[in-house]
Amino acid sequence: MRHTLGVLVENQPGVLSRVAGLFSGRGFNIESLTVAETLEQGVSHITLVTTGDEMIMEQIVKQLNKLVNVIKVIDFREVRFVDREMALIKVKAEASTRAEALRIVDIFRGKVVDVSQNFFTVEVTGDEGKIQAILDLLSQLGIVEVVRTGKVAIARSRKNSTKR
Amino acid sequence: MKLTGAQIFFESLKAEGVEVIFGLPGGVLLDLYDEMPKHDIRHILVRHEQGAAHMADGYARATGRVGVCLVTSGPGATNTVTGIATAYMDSIPIVVFTGQVPTALIGNDAFQEADIVGITRPCTKHNYLVKDVHDLARIIREAFYLARSGRPGPILVDLPKDVINAKAEYKSPKKIALQGYKPTTEAHMGQIKRAYAAIGKAKKPVIYAGGGVISSNAAKELKQLGESLRCPVTTTLMGLGGFPAPHELWLGMLGMHGTFRANMAMGSTDLLIAIGARFDDRVTGKLDEFAPSAKIIHIDIDPTSISKNVKVDIPIVGDCKDALKKLLQLVKESPIDDLEKVRKPWLDQIQKWKETYPLAYELKVDLSKPQYVVEKLYELSEGKAIIATEVGQNQMWAAQYYHFLEPRTLLTSGGLGTMGYGLPAAIGAQAAFPDRLVIDVAGDGSIQMCIQEMITAVENNLPVKVAILNNQYLGMVRQWQQLFYEKNYCSTCLKIAPDFVKLAEAYGALGLRAHKPDEVEAVIREGFASPKPVIMDFVVNPEECVYPMVPAGAAMTEMLLA
Ligand SMILES: Cc1ncc(C[n+]2csc(CCOP(=O)(O)OP(=O)(O)O)c2C)c(N)n1
Ligand SMILES: [Mg+2]
Repeated sequence: MRHTLGVLVENQPGVLSRVAGLFSGRGFNIESLTVAETLEQGVSHITLVTTGDEMIMEQIVKQLNKLVNVIKVIDFREVRFVDREMALIKVKAEASTRAEALRIVDIFRGKVVDVSQNFFTVEVTGDEGKIQAILDLLSQLGIVEVVRTGKVAIARSRKNSTKR
Repeated sequence: MKLTGAQIFFESLKAEGVEVIFGLPGGVLLDLYDEMPKHDIRHILVRHEQGAAHMADGYARATGRVGVCLVTSGPGATNTVTGIATAYMDSIPIVVFTGQVPTALIGNDAFQEADIVGITRPCTKHNYLVKDVHDLARIIREAFYLARSGRPGPILVDLPKDVINAKAEYKSPKKIALQGYKPTTEAHMGQIKRAYAAIGKAKKPVIYAGGGVISSNAAKELKQLGESLRCPVTTTLMGLGGFPAPHELWLGMLGMHGTFRANMAMGSTDLLIAIGARFDDRVTGKLDEFAPSAKIIHIDIDPTSISKNVKVDIPIVGDCKDALKKLLQLVKESPIDDLEKVRKPWLDQIQKWKETYPLAYELKVDLSKPQYVVEKLYELSEGKAIIATEVGQNQMWAAQYYHFLEPRTLLTSGGLGTMGYGLPAAIGAQAAFPDRLVIDVAGDGSIQMCIQEMITAVENNLPVKVAILNNQYLGMVRQWQQLFYEKNYCSTCLKIAPDFVKLAEAYGALGLRAHKPDEVEAVIREGFASPKPVIMDFVVNPEECVYPMVPAGAAMTEMLLA
């Protein structure tokens, strides 16, 4: 099973390598990982997507908590949350397919952020399902390249929010 | 007044109560060593940095205090890695200080630069690169605190040359502010009650204790618990000394080379009380058949140890000592009715197992047996020595035939299984206890891995006694070749060996040899009586095997007995 975790870390040198090293050293998977600063100075937030059964997930959460620079782990199996990802998609846009491409982007409330002779670069934000859907549709027109941010997630209820 | 980094280093160490450093200097540490004579701290100069790390580790295991070592950058630092990994696997509190090239050169492949913080990240509890002298006192304070608190472990602090030279106001930080580090030490009372309810119902309980009992200084409480529940006790290799071996409730060590009765008891217990142990594969054997009929209570300070390999029914996170005290309080308040009678069938069964297959070996007149040598060491030291071991058969025979009476009397590399550990560990322990008898039970293979530290022992008047069980083989590997590889003794023969007696003499130590069983006692007596470090070379049966043995991947009750 696929799971999302939020990890609040002290923004110390090497902290990302400690987290990544934990996963590689113990044979856990990382499907995606994003990291950025929070409102609190010196504290960063990592959203991490991983896979594992019940026992492995329990280990991952405990092992993360054990790292000295990890302040808090939010296990999104236990908390209702919203997640989003952004993708930049370079899609072929020749005379015959331009209109169709724009229509699809519009339906998904995406934006064209760069245009060249033969390509559009599209920015689209959404949950996993939405990103997958637009990729499926645009791939019929010919996708040249995709770059995705990886998932970011935040808890819905205030009580278990990622704030401390 | 402003102090240099070097001065702050020594002030900080004094504030931590450090009395001895094991180390070896180098270019980037010149300023630190220049400052050293001004301070009242003993420095023991090693001959290889691996030795320094093991000495700090042996010192820590024997005393319960944090061991300290100090080495230079690059190769000095990388030489400690085996020692750090050894301490990490056995949760031993040491702080390793490494010199580093000046901060401006870091990352430039400077002379004797190694990214030791990167290298040791997976084998330290935590590590630091000090970039600013203003952080130095705080980091040293945190390093010692992290090393000894929670589940103890090694901490590395990397000290660039310019930081050692820079100046700052020295203030020892009053409070430690590690927002991500708050080990749970107090056991949850609700869980303790659940555990005691399960204990009340159990017919065939077994206490399975590990190194956590030693590191939390809970041996006294463990004995009280065993006695007040009339519950048989087994320990892991790391737990030996946590429960007195001559005790009627003692099952012996469990696991791959555990006693018949301990492993059989694990096979039929209905309640396993695991205390400060981590269900290592050398203990569980085949996982599906481990303690198949047991409910499991697990007390451990490290939540990651709980339900890692084996699903636990009643987890208790906390310091072993605290948990045991709380449990003992419950036993006192509501003791189990008719305890003698309730426990009798189970203890009778265990007695039967004990009589069927006691630990045993056969002794001939003309050829010594390693087990006999260890028994004699036990007898002649009255069980009061601190025993360090190397790794292999010697280690297992020490565990089986030296009957440990007290905690912190066995220093052995359990988790990593590091050959070469024993001699430096013994030296570290001897530095802490100059008047105690410290013995390294060694193999002829392992002893050669850190033999250079003999001169450290001689120079510092640390009269450790090395007892080599000389079987002319990398014996434990040979045993597997004998049993599972049709005696294809590829690359395990050590017949071409140095003369250990002459080697001892070359180091200025005393060298002794016993060829036959009837020479063993005299050699041990002479060795113990000498004020010098001693190497005792015991020529023993080359093809002796350690039994019982659970083959890798088999269930614990499927033991080879001879
Ligand atoms: C550093 C290291 N290298 C290799 C091994 C693998 N190993 C385990 S036991 C053993 C044999 C040890 O030989 P010796 O010290 O003579 O002890 P014996 O088993 O003969 O008592 C070896 C090579 C190890 N544990 N550690
Ligand atoms: Mg040998």
